[in-house]
Amino acid sequence: MTPTLLAVALSLSLAQAAKPGGAHPSPPPDVATPAGGHGEVEAGGHDAPAHEAEGHGEAAAGEHGAAGAHGGGHDDSLGSVMMHHVADGYLIEHPGVCTVKGRDGVPEHGFHWNCELDLNGLFGTRRDPATGKALSGPLVFAGGKLDMTPTKHVVMMWISAALLLLVAFLAVRKKALVPRGLYNFVETLVAFVRNEIAVKNIGEKDADRFVPYLVTAFFFILFMNLFGLVPWSATATANLSVTVAMALFTFVVTQYAAIRSMGVGGFLSHLTGGVPKSLFWLWPIMIPVEILGLFTKPFALTVRLFANMVAGHFVILALLGLIFALGSPLVAVASVPMALGIFMLELFVAFVQAYIFTMLSALFIGSGLVHHGGDHGHEEHGHEEQGHAGPGMGSEHGSHVAGASSGHG
Amino acid sequence: MEGMTSVALAYLSAGFGAGLAVIGAGVGIGRLAGAAMEGSARQPTAIGDIRTSMIIAAALIEGATLFAIVVCLLLAIK
Repeated sequence: MTPTLLAVALSLSLAQAAKPGGAHPSPPPDVATPAGGHGEVEAGGHDAPAHEAEGHGEAAAGEHGAAGAHGGGHDDSLGSVMMHHVADGYLIEHPGVCTVKGRDGVPEHGFHWNCELDLNGLFGTRRDPATGKALSGPLVFAGGKLDMTPTKHVVMMWISAALLLLVAFLAVRKKALVPRGLYNFVETLVAFVRNEIAVKNIGEKDADRFVPYLVTAFFFILFMNLFGLVPWSATATANLSVTVAMALFTFVVTQYAAIRSMGVGGFLSHLTGGVPKSLFWLWPIMIPVEILGLFTKPFALTVRLFANMVAGHFVILALLGLIFALGSPLVAVASVPMALGIFMLELFVAFVQAYIFTMLSALFIGSGLVHHGGDHGHEEHGHEEQGHAGPGMGSEHGSHVAGASSGHG
Repeated sequence: MEGMTSVALAYLSAGFGAGLAVIGAGVGIGRLAGAAMEGSARQPTAIGDIRTSMIIAAALIEGATLFAIVVCLLLAIK
């Protein structure tokens, strides 16, 4: 469903980018039915999410309304507004008391829905206004080449991490034999990650060594995903750098697991892909291919998480932006319920993507550990599922699929 | 054919690519859901497991589709 709606969002933004405010795309009828069905099912939970959807709408409205107040060319095409909301930057928007230049250029102090906090000013980085490159500041190193000024997504990561630590500490305050309350809830999730994800994929013996990493990954990604759904905040996982970092951690842990169980020599010999010593002339082909294969899995993890998060936000922004593109408030009657439906889907996708990331990490870790006779099947299964048209590993594809990978759908 | 600048071609291909990607996702997930329904009908006791596996497989299929969408977005935005 998400790719369908993302295709809709793409077509809308393409139409807008070509002629700002010009073309009038009409929302296709087939989208309304599943999204409407979603919206109607969640009858009980309508109030809070409706608030949030309107919060999004108001943020977009604030964005448009304060177009003049941004002090500098604000491109009015829908595509660029959408990119502005989804992409990283140095401005954090928040409701509060500040001085904003009104539409007629007069600065007004007071409560505004869209105050901006400039992170450059906060951290003292001077930036070249023409190119945007950092010139100097306490967090700019190597004469402008290494710019460590925190951006909006970095701040979101900090907030998510702080929230996660808060929840964790609050949960374990009262350790009891029979858990109740928040402790119970957190323990349910941790037990789920351990039993369903870690033990099923890594095996009973070694699971506990890797459970801390898996639980951390699961909760951190979950919190980052969910936090992006709060009005005025941004999804840190909608940033390629963040997902690359998470995939890199998984990669490091996977290699650590493999080297730990097989030794460095065993690990290197597995890089030859099972081609025996007698056919050593095949090695110059096999080894680069296997090394490349090592990197496709984290790459897939990266792009999957990134694209899923960006897709949801893009669609919501496109649907709400349709109100402004078509210029009439009547469009809101159709657009906001659809956006609400997508919002529900995004909530679901947040959980699912955190689960998928963690499960695939566990799968890769488990496949790196030596289970005699099953590991080649695991590795190639991992190759297959990416849809990556990599070099076929010969005849070993189908044979081990029915092996011990029980946690894999 | 003078109108066919590279920018125009990029937009065109982005549109086509998005449509094709959705076809792939639709077919894949549709078949998956059909098989899941059939399995659930044959053995109602396994509905829970089937549902879990279905969600996982659907997420993986969408992951592959979203690779294509990312490429289309790159074409359209740049």
